[in-house]
Amino acid sequence: MNASLMTLEICVMALGTVLMLADFWLPDERKKFAGYAAVAALTGLLVISFSGCGACSLGGSAFNGMFVQDGLAIFFKRFFIVAAILVLFMAVEFSDRIAGGVSEYYSLIVFALSGMLFAASANDFTMLFVAIELITITFYILTSFQRGRLVSLEAGVKYLILGALSSSFMVFGIALVWGTTGKLNFNELAAVAAQFETSKIFLFGVLFILVGLGFKIAAFPFQIWAPDVYQGAPTPTTAFLAVGSKAAGFVLLLRVLFTAVPTVTAHWMNLLIVISAITILYGNLCALPQRNLKRLLGYSSIAHAGYLLLGVAALSASGQSALLYYLAGYLFTVIAAFTVICLVTRHLDNDDVSALAGLNQRSPLLASTMTLAMASLAGIPPLAGFFGKFLLLKAVLEQGAVNPGYYCLAFTALAGVVISFYYYFGVIRAIYWSKNVVDVSPIQLSGPIKVAVCICIAGMFWLGIFPTTALDMANEAAKVFGK
Amino acid sequence: MTTSILTYILGIPLLAAVLLVFVPGNYRVIIRAIALAATLVPMVLAIKMFCQFVTGHVGYQFEQQIPWVESLGMSYHVGVDGLNVGLVLMGAIVAFAAACCSWEIQTREKEFYILLLVMTGGILGAFASLDLFFFYAFHEFALVPTFIMIGVWGRSERKNYATFQITIYLTIGALLALIGLIALYIQSGAHTFDIPKLVEYIAANPLAAKSQNFIFPLLLFGFGILVSLWPFHSWAALGYGAAPAPTAMLHAGVLKKFGLYGLIRVALPLMPQAAQSWMQILAWLCLGNILYVGWVAMKQKNLNLLIGNSSVAHMGFIFLGIASLNLIGVTGAVLVMIAHGFLAALTFALSGYIYQKTGTLQISELGGLCRPLRFIGVTLLMAAMAGCGLPGFANFVGEVTVFFGAWQVPSLRVVTVLAVWGALIIGAVYMTRAVRNVLHGPVPEKWSKLADATDVWRKLPYALLLVSLLVFGFVPSLLTDKIVPDAKKMVQMANPVSDKPGAVAVSEIPNLKSALPN
Repeated sequence: MNASLMTLEICVMALGTVLMLADFWLPDERKKFAGYAAVAALTGLLVISFSGCGACSLGGSAFNGMFVQDGLAIFFKRFFIVAAILVLFMAVEFSDRIAGGVSEYYSLIVFALSGMLFAASANDFTMLFVAIELITITFYILTSFQRGRLVSLEAGVKYLILGALSSSFMVFGIALVWGTTGKLNFNELAAVAAQFETSKIFLFGVLFILVGLGFKIAAFPFQIWAPDVYQGAPTPTTAFLAVGSKAAGFVLLLRVLFTAVPTVTAHWMNLLIVISAITILYGNLCALPQRNLKRLLGYSSIAHAGYLLLGVAALSASGQSALLYYLAGYLFTVIAAFTVICLVTRHLDNDDVSALAGLNQRSPLLASTMTLAMASLAGIPPLAGFFGKFLLLKAVLEQGAVNPGYYCLAFTALAGVVISFYYYFGVIRAIYWSKNVVDVSPIQLSGPIKVAVCICIAGMFWLGIFPTTALDMANEAAKVFGK
Repeated sequence: MTTSILTYILGIPLLAAVLLVFVPGNYRVIIRAIALAATLVPMVLAIKMFCQFVTGHVGYQFEQQIPWVESLGMSYHVGVDGLNVGLVLMGAIVAFAAACCSWEIQTREKEFYILLLVMTGGILGAFASLDLFFFYAFHEFALVPTFIMIGVWGRSERKNYATFQITIYLTIGALLALIGLIALYIQSGAHTFDIPKLVEYIAANPLAAKSQNFIFPLLLFGFGILVSLWPFHSWAALGYGAAPAPTAMLHAGVLKKFGLYGLIRVALPLMPQAAQSWMQILAWLCLGNILYVGWVAMKQKNLNLLIGNSSVAHMGFIFLGIASLNLIGVTGAVLVMIAHGFLAALTFALSGYIYQKTGTLQISELGGLCRPLRFIGVTLLMAAMAGCGLPGFANFVGEVTVFFGAWQVPSLRVVTVLAVWGALIIGAVYMTRAVRNVLHGPVPEKWSKLADATDVWRKLPYALLLVSLLVFGFVPSLLTDKIVPDAKKMVQMANPVSDKPGAVAVSEIPNLKSALPN
């Protein structure tokens, strides 16, 4: 057994426990600052993950191959830790809106992170399920954490019901796959999957597993929960849901499709193309009339799930690395947007777009952050979103010779981009050119949140202007599937 | 490799835009001074570059290449040859003139100048880039400020509709072209976005006819939408009518030429077979621009819409020059691109001045403006004459060269005759009519006290553009000598087989100098 490979996970688990215990001893007015301690600890882990020593070196597996530590796993672990750090910054700012149990809120975020870290390394359906449940169940609580707000509770219940339904589909699927093949390990399954290609029960099993993962990433037709939950959940939860939970869904989707059942995936090319195209169109079209910022970003996150699926549907190494690159850009962009929403709506009881009116006078830093985030989501150079979309389109067009459907997919993606200009610019317009500005009081920003915002801005520009480093990392991670 | 002068030309406006972000919004004089300096310096550098350009030399000059994403074959690569040296110069001059004319902007000046500088840097970058990725990205970078400027500082009650329409049209056009460019990269198999390398590689390994027939229409119509090719032109007049004058100057004058430049630089030499089969169609579509949009321009009751439509009509001549696919035609097309850049900028600047002073551009309400506005009136008169194609202005040289080029192609003769008719009659009708109604006749009482542009600073942008038109009108060889060698190379690539009826072999084309009027 090789448990030392799991050092990162064990440290994160320990951190979560410590945060929870700290609740007993910290005086009430200090509890808020436990979040910064968590940030510091996670930053330390992030540095260790880059050092390449011991547990973070490439290669190796534990628990009879259930847990792997390859390039893809390391890429996503860094990704999740960065996301958690930025979300914790936001959570500290949000802490005055949480009635009780601030330390619990932090520790739940950290526990969700540990689930994501396990998901990054999952190489077995058992591990996959455990990781997913660890993430989802913590998110049920995180979503309904503002017990005093009805919308938060409603969002939690909705997420619980639909999440439980999709989990049951997934368990059923895993059972069917295990029943037909007798394998749970992805590599072992890949070796025998070709024999079962004609077995309807096996195929249904794989399909049900994809239903469960489709729910996590909010792909059509399992996207129905996203807008409601995004709107109702506390803003840091929404941000973590939009970035961490979605990325966890994608890493598992990649592992299942390209490691466990690659032969089946090759037959499902058209299915993936259609799902990707519909998800893009659905997300973008539904976002058009939205006036609530978080709901708008909820639909936009569905659209982005569609763009990310372009990289899956391309069934190629360049598609996978484009997906990873796009996710990296998406991380900074979306967290930047939610941080701004979190700060702007501090004294408001709704998240309407009008809350942004006059933001350029209230806080130029937040106004430019939101503008850059929207521009990056829309895909405007020189920000991360542009280069990411460029890579995804390139990956899809490369496959055009295989199946003309890919050309249709590329055009659909473009239609989505054109539509999305409308609502992203609507947000920018609300910031700078609102007619009736009621509140012009300056927004006070604490030092740490300024740091978090600047990290997001730097990330968007860094990925857009100097993409080489991140792209090399993504290419390295995508090599896992080329073996 | 040392830093190319081009990097300064496109970098200074972008750096100044970043600098402006940190200047407080109420330092209006400083903001304007920075914007003027950040466009003046590139203009001076562009003139210096134009003078230093070695005439008669085939290939790129002032090159600079920095690897960017090596795994995908992308690099920051700038350079000029005969095809784009004039465009960079024109872009820099128009950008300075546009910054000068921005005194009409009274609200949110800081944001306006930031967007103006971003747009300038993007435009100059797009024309200077020799890498497909940067070529596209710079254009996109310049395009987005255009939408915001029209939406925020635009005029007329239809500005929201105009913004909406121009955004949708141009975004679709740009994205179609993007798909085409990516497909070109993939199908070529050269694994490089570098234009010179791509040209070299494709000359040795031509693209399959099937890929050409797929990619070429994407580029033709993607770029075509950006240039308001009929029937995708309806955004143009409306958008320019609603745009603030500096934006209209930069877009109609410079940014719009990106699509044409893309066709000449990328589409024609890399996909010669598809080009041959599409040029006949393009020639008939360009008649839509010249005749139909010209006719629409005749019907306009608003000066800005008239100018906007006439600018769309002028695009037809450039398309005709490209469609002829021979040395004279393509040279003429490049000449018209440059001449029209100055002309469009000048007319929009003048109409902006008139709007600023009178608050209206309805032709029926104006009249006799030559008397209170002597300088502006005379300049507008000269601009209108240039628009009709009067000899002495650069437009005449370009248009006449295009007609000579198109006449060489037997299958385009009908089109050429119709286009000449459109240029001489339709253009003259709407331009002279506008001159009569706006500048001549009795002065309405309310306009008799209008203030003319008197001091040097106010006159400078108009004078600069007018002088440019006259200089290149009287001494076109400044441009043609530079354009011809590279145009020749491009035409040779676009006509790989000269046995095809209709295509004139390059060697048969008479010496260009003898075809030119002076």
